[in-house]
Amino acid sequence: MDKLLFGDNQFFGVNHMSEEKARAQLMRFQEIGAVIDVLDQAYDEGIKTFMCTTHDRIGQVCDHMRANPERYKDYVFYPGMPYAHKYANAVTEDGMLGALKRFLPDEGLMNAMVRGGLSLAKKDIEGITTLLVDAEMKMFGGLNTPVIFLMNVVVDLLLGLKFYDAFRIFSDHVRKRYGADPGFFSMNMPLLLKVLADQGIENPIVCSNINKIGFRMCGGIQAYERALSEHKCRAIAMSVFASGAIPPREAIEWVCQLPNISSIVFGASSRANIRNTRDLVERAWRPVPSQP
Amino acid sequence: MLKVAVVGLGKMGLSHHAMINAHPRVEVVAICDSAGYLLDILSKYTGVRTYTDFDAMLREVELDAMIVATPSSMHARMVKAALDKGIHVFCEKPFCLTSRDGEELTKLAAQKKLVSQVGYHNRFVGAFQEVKRLLDYGAIGQVTHALAEAYGPVVLKPKGSTWRTQRSEGGGCLYDYAAHPLNLINWYLGAPVGVGGAVLNKIFSRDTDDEVFGSLFYTDGVSAQLSVSWSDESYRKMTTKITLWGTQGRIYADRQECQAYLRDTAAPPAGYKQGWNVRYTTELTEPVWFYVRGEEYSAQLDYFVRAIEEGRAGDNVNSFASALLTDQVIEMLIDDAASGPSRMAGDSSAVPAKAKRGFFSLGR
Repeated sequence: MDKLLFGDNQFFGVNHMSEEKARAQLMRFQEIGAVIDVLDQAYDEGIKTFMCTTHDRIGQVCDHMRANPERYKDYVFYPGMPYAHKYANAVTEDGMLGALKRFLPDEGLMNAMVRGGLSLAKKDIEGITTLLVDAEMKMFGGLNTPVIFLMNVVVDLLLGLKFYDAFRIFSDHVRKRYGADPGFFSMNMPLLLKVLADQGIENPIVCSNINKIGFRMCGGIQAYERALSEHKCRAIAMSVFASGAIPPREAIEWVCQLPNISSIVFGASSRANIRNTRDLVERAWRPVPSQP
Repeated sequence: MLKVAVVGLGKMGLSHHAMINAHPRVEVVAICDSAGYLLDILSKYTGVRTYTDFDAMLREVELDAMIVATPSSMHARMVKAALDKGIHVFCEKPFCLTSRDGEELTKLAAQKKLVSQVGYHNRFVGAFQEVKRLLDYGAIGQVTHALAEAYGPVVLKPKGSTWRTQRSEGGGCLYDYAAHPLNLINWYLGAPVGVGGAVLNKIFSRDTDDEVFGSLFYTDGVSAQLSVSWSDESYRKMTTKITLWGTQGRIYADRQECQAYLRDTAAPPAGYKQGWNVRYTTELTEPVWFYVRGEEYSAQLDYFVRAIEEGRAGDNVNSFASALLTDQVIEMLIDDAASGPSRMAGDSSAVPAKAKRGFFSLGR
């Protein structure tokens, strides 16, 4: 994994600090060209991994990358699924099962139909999960996706329900079908690391808020520090700046001194910010952490 | 360990189940839903005891507390049955579809000294709590007007049929969305003396409202306006906003931030100054033990658990009594909308415009 990964919140109006700022970003990135321009800038600054949701618009980014294979031959996607709001709104419209059926592939693949139909009937979560993953992965066809993430809204729901088998099912599927490492977003990293260890998912890739003020770090900073040093894992720190609440240098220096942090994921909308963050990380992260 | 059951495993119930199940001092001893499908999956993979028959669960399982997250029309019966058995209740919003039911349950909970709470989670959002603190302090002087808004992209085309699309079941923009800003306004300004100009309009839905507007009137000329739509695709997800104007300034808040403009005649509370002040969610949010979908959802359940442990029945945030007030305002808005606007000729008893479309002829 690269040290620095590029996130996509800024492209979709996700801003934990201000609705106004979020809307300004939505306006700015209305045309997919504006998104691709920023991705290009990041790429040219050496940031070659795009950690993105499975938002419909990412499909257009994928199309662009596929159309220009030479330009993007080193490009790496880390897809995170599912994009939750489309499911949540569908549940309100169609109910739980209705929503589920709506997102299962409908292109008439015999295999999918058999898998889907049987799974629904047998209450076999394995079949349903793998179908949903495949549906979300369709847009990345032909692109490089070495790590595939389950988004925190699902991970943390499963964690709370103690529905631990699902983590293993997801892991096995992305390994087998995509040759990818499974990744997990979570706002409850200490608990998740323990559960994944119990499930035999070794050296997991986990992405969580990790920031100096402890914002959205369930269990508190100390529990995170303990969990990071006790569990062999590849942690990706997100929300490092806590949406701007921590000055950049201070934020990065603090994160870079923690154990087992493999990468930092950040979002930026300008080349200057991308370069600043890259330079700060390069300065703070010497020697470069060993890649497990 | 508090023994808890979760009833109704839709979008809210399932996340309540996940959060309370992770609570260190709670044991989820049973879950109940009318649809066996999800129950079977949860039973198969997590081993939790499941019921499709609510009454059987009440008979067979010993409970300290219950989380009710069924369609709203079922709240009253289930909450009553739980209270009758001496069980503390956390109920999803809106509380009841008639204030008569709500009054009865409020009395019953008080009589039995049971903790009652309704899921108006915005009262656990840091920015909205900050508004309350500022108002209690008198930071913007005498409030003269408020604007309570909520927008989001739920119903964007004529499609689908679930309880949420049926007004009779407690579905629709008024119950689902507008209840939230109304509840906040009730918290900030208390009970209105009346409502007016209510509009409950369908855009895409057949059997319920998609947008809600209206005015709330208070004593001394204070007023509030409500503007809500769940058919607004320009919002990525539900967004609730409150603006309050006072003699000494203005406050704006949403889930992310609280902005206060305090005039140079205002006496700012500690940490505030005259002119613009902004507090962000990152500094206003208290940490929670477990996070699924927003700190406020975890915080309200933890608060419920603590209220039970500390025997604070009747003295808690979002008690039945306070949720009943929101139900009452909702009821007034329905009545007001059905009566229609004043007419050009000055006759307000003319056939209401809405009734022509066969909409909301409730009780008329």
